Amino acid sequence: METAIAQTKTKMWAGGRSPFNVSYGKMMMWFFLMSDSFTFGAFLISYGSIRFSLNHWVDHNYVFNEFPFTEAHLPLAFVSLMTFILIFSSVTMVLAVHDGHKMNQKGVEKWLFLTILGGLAFLGCQAYEWTGLITGQHEVLVNGVIEHWGTTVSHNPWGPMVMHNGHLVATPGPVAFGGYFFGITGFHGFHVFTGVIVNLVMLIKTKRGDFAKRGHYEMIEKAGLYWHFVDLVWVFVFLCFYLI
Amino acid sequence: MSAEITTHLPVTEADAAHVKRIWKAFWVLLILTIIELALGLTIYYIEMNPDYSNLLVLMIKGVICILTLAKAFYIISIFMHLGDEVRQFILTLALPATLFIWFITAFIADGASFRNLRNTDAGSRIYVQPKEFHNVPLEAPAEKKEKKLD
Repeated sequence: METAIAQTKTKMWAGGRSPFNVSYGKMMMWFFLMSDSFTFGAFLISYGSIRFSLNHWVDHNYVFNEFPFTEAHLPLAFVSLMTFILIFSSVTMVLAVHDGHKMNQKGVEKWLFLTILGGLAFLGCQAYEWTGLITGQHEVLVNGVIEHWGTTVSHNPWGPMVMHNGHLVATPGPVAFGGYFFGITGFHGFHVFTGVIVNLVMLIKTKRGDFAKRGHYEMIEKAGLYWHFVDLVWVFVFLCFYLI
Repeated sequence: MSAEITTHLPVTEADAAHVKRIWKAFWVLLILTIIELALGLTIYYIEMNPDYSNLLVLMIKGVICILTLAKAFYIISIFMHLGDEVRQFILTLALPATLFIWFITAFIADGASFRNLRNTDAGSRIYVQPKEFHNVPLEAPAEKKEKKLD
């Protein structure tokens, strides 16, 4: 038993092969994603730390209840749509990688194209969300005067409600909210944007037959890893900002 | 060469099973997300009652976090194919990731400590939580278009 294990060990680490049966490029992509996950983790955990350090934070059910093309107030609805778009684009990416294994160029092109569309749709939704927040007009009581504020990195109109002249009105909320929300979703959106660019380059290379000539579609797999990471980060951003 | 490219249907049985596994993972993710949203809306309605139980809301949030971890596991294992890799390679990623457990616990505890110090003036007085307005009606659409009244 021991000799068998010792033999396998020397075979794995004896050189001339990848001990993990994985290519250098793929392994390095995984290690990069590890480092990026710590970056995002640091941002989100610092957000949690500051949020827990304050008595009052914004109520996400009131901040995020707009839905495009309607006047309805639906908490969580729009962001659910965004999550669905990103998960769906993740599935199309897996199917692209799968078709790459089968050397099916047309299949890869089709699924990559759908993934890019999903990414662009997500970016459009995020842009709508940002615009709604920044240009919004929310009543705020500041020094006894009612002003109308949008949500920005310096202004937060979602503070504790007080009675003023017979009706409830908001007071300025913690200013950290804007910085954290726009910073983290912006950093994530930047990752989605670069992911879309990478996928676009992959689509062009696929159409030109670069991978067919190379004999393998591993580049698509690496791009796929990055795209799934982007989806994974969104799952946690969605959790921290919209759910809990 | 061209014969390989024109194939669109799954070639082998293992291939079809693999595609099925991918779509199954998609449905699992979708259902987990819908459950999370339902729980999120449940919290929203619970908080409408001014005397809501903080512990209940905290428990539901805990369940939501666990569901999110399950989603993360599905995405990493099946979509990113990490589940199909060599065990030692998976460990080179999973073991450093356990640092997150300390990371999250330490900094949330830090934040709670900041709040406590701020509320009690560094422990010099007792903190009494002020009464807050919880059941606030949602802003009606018409209000947004109104010009300044006050």
